[in-house]
Amino acid sequence: MSRSFIARNPSVLWFLLALAVFTLGVTVLAEATGLGLVSTSFVKTLGKTLCLCLVAIAMDLVWGYCGILSLGHMAFFAIGGYAIGMWLMYARTRLIVTESLAAAPLPPTPDEITDGIAAQIFGVVGASEFPPIWAFAHSLPLQLAAVVLVPGLLALVFSWFAFRSRVTGVYLSILTQAMTLALSLYLFQNDSGLRGNNGLSGLQNLPGLEAVGQPVLSMAFFWASALALAAGYVLASWVVSGKFGSVLRGIRDDEARVRFLGYPVETYKLFIFTLSAVIAGIAGALYYPQAGIINPAELAPIASIYLAVWVAIGGRGRLYGAVIGAAFVSLLSTWFTGGQAPDLVLGPVRIQWVDWWTVLLGLSFVAVTLFAPKGIGGLFDLVRLRRAPDRHGADLGPDTGALREREAET
Amino acid sequence: MSALLEVSGVSVSFDGFKALNNLSFSINERELRAVIGPNGAGKTTFMDVVTGKTRPDQGRVSWGEPPVSLLGRSESAIAVAGIGRKFQRPTVFEDQSVADNLMMALKKPRGPLSVLLFRPASEDLDRVAELADTIGLSTQLSRKAGELSHGQKQWLEIGMLLAQEPRLLLVDEPAAGMTTAEREKTTDLLRAAAQSRAVVVVEHDMDFVRRLDCRVTVLHEGSVLAEGSIDHVTRNESVIEVYLGR
Ligand SMILES: Nc1ncnc2c1ncn2[C@@H]1O[C@H](COP(=O)(O)OP(=O)(O)OP(=O)(O)O)[C@@H](O)[C@H]1O
Ligand SMILES: [Mg+2]
Repeated sequence: MSRSFIARNPSVLWFLLALAVFTLGVTVLAEATGLGLVSTSFVKTLGKTLCLCLVAIAMDLVWGYCGILSLGHMAFFAIGGYAIGMWLMYARTRLIVTESLAAAPLPPTPDEITDGIAAQIFGVVGASEFPPIWAFAHSLPLQLAAVVLVPGLLALVFSWFAFRSRVTGVYLSILTQAMTLALSLYLFQNDSGLRGNNGLSGLQNLPGLEAVGQPVLSMAFFWASALALAAGYVLASWVVSGKFGSVLRGIRDDEARVRFLGYPVETYKLFIFTLSAVIAGIAGALYYPQAGIINPAELAPIASIYLAVWVAIGGRGRLYGAVIGAAFVSLLSTWFTGGQAPDLVLGPVRIQWVDWWTVLLGLSFVAVTLFAPKGIGGLFDLVRLRRAPDRHGADLGPDTGALREREAET
Repeated sequence: MSALLEVSGVSVSFDGFKALNNLSFSINERELRAVIGPNGAGKTTFMDVVTGKTRPDQGRVSWGEPPVSLLGRSESAIAVAGIGRKFQRPTVFEDQSVADNLMMALKKPRGPLSVLLFRPASEDLDRVAELADTIGLSTQLSRKAGELSHGQKQWLEIGMLLAQEPRLLLVDEPAAGMTTAEREKTTDLLRAAAQSRAVVVVEHDMDFVRRLDCRVTVLHEGSVLAEGSIDHVTRNESVIEVYLGR
């Protein structure tokens, strides 16, 4: 047991390998850095997918390992997006405003600049002053801190109240839904200070880097997302390996028993829920600059339900399962809802996937829950069973297979 | 010598039904005690009160020297204070290996941070091996607990209790569903455990209790009906009437 972390968790190595091959492959094929076979918009889709994989890992930590079915995790994801989006919008608008005021006969005062930025940003909601929530928007470091701190604190407060009063199971899930719904409704209001239903937009433009161009920027974000996913995977594997992981799974399977062993169950739940919210926040902060826009609809309860569906289809309780589920289902969903999937003609009935995709997804979810509770990840158990336990010389590990699945999508 | 655990005047009612009725009970350090009583006598509820799962309506539960009250403490705090509990139906973590089950139970700091940074030292591994040997599961260490037989699960749970190194062990029906040979082994385990700590065993089976060869407390309708040696209580008129005579 004193073997190294990697030796005890070979799937980490396979995962990192697969991710590296995938990232390099896309880089070689991309417009900005290689052959140009993969369009910039598809690089963005893939980069966003990596962020979704990261938030799926966060979801797997709380649900798959600790048994807390959070149906509000996309709230933390969106908060991360809002936090970085505020700085992006502020800084870019500031550049535009200073430029336009530079033509004036007198150099503009700082107040004039601030007012100009405020008028630009909040004109759509009929306001012209910065709400207090934008107090730190001028500072990248502070907004980056907010990416981590705001989801973390919200999760901390939420879990302190919920877990201390021993809310579990369905009631907890409903509570998390209520949390994300309440946040979303609040943000929809114009006086929430975050531009109501307009949300924040133009996030794909990095201030001062207009000259660089989207092909290169999208590649940079793609790489950043891949690195974040790799780091998140290693961190999560480390957390769930060893005794901490034992205790988490114990809580999932029989929380009362863990209590009688002397472990403060509530503190563990609070810890894992908060950590997971922070990971979700970081994933969101990388996602929305690639999406370009964020609005309160992103916090709709259904978004978090989808996240749970991805993790269930991929196979909860194993990190690569969550990643596969998120990648597979979200890419498939993009394909179906993007109108690229050919219509299916069944006699008089014409199935248009844009409308029917949700039905298909729902049916797959039910099927997986009933017939394959281990999800897609469970397939790797078959591979493992068939092979001799000695792994030497085996060149296809669980996650290399994962890559092939993802490649089949591209 | 003052008692290790002293329960006095404890009452618990569920929707008006008195599961425990002014119950008083005490046990000394390194004492082995059997608790018997018909179904619904309140034996499990008694353990629930001591381990913090159920709050009594009235009464006191004091523990250790100098005596401190256990009422109002959380289950985990009571476990850390030194009370281990085995449930009526075997509850081990079926999805995890025997070694992981034991490792989780080893007496070590329980806070999230120390657990996160915990890496088993060689003495921890030795201790796990030793425990597995005691409960006869040495060859099963890497198997999932869910694959064990019913009797083996009961032993694993006893092993986990021993790993916690509690000062008081509460054992609810350890021999239920066991074969005769398994029962004998369980008796030996419990008697060995009582060499170094107090043990309370709840059991229905009279032969099992006789083999434990210890003081017996008879519960009935939530309070103590009789207490003394096995021969003493089995001669007691009211015990014969409510329990043995059926
Ligand atoms: N949570 C509860 N809610 C309502 N009634 C309860 C609850 N727990 C126990 N009781 C009742 O209290 C009484 C005592 O139960 P307890 O489980 O302590 O009995 P026991 O002596 O352990 O019986 P057995 O030998 O069957 O295990 C029973 O009549 C039971 O139905
Ligand atoms: Mg009972």
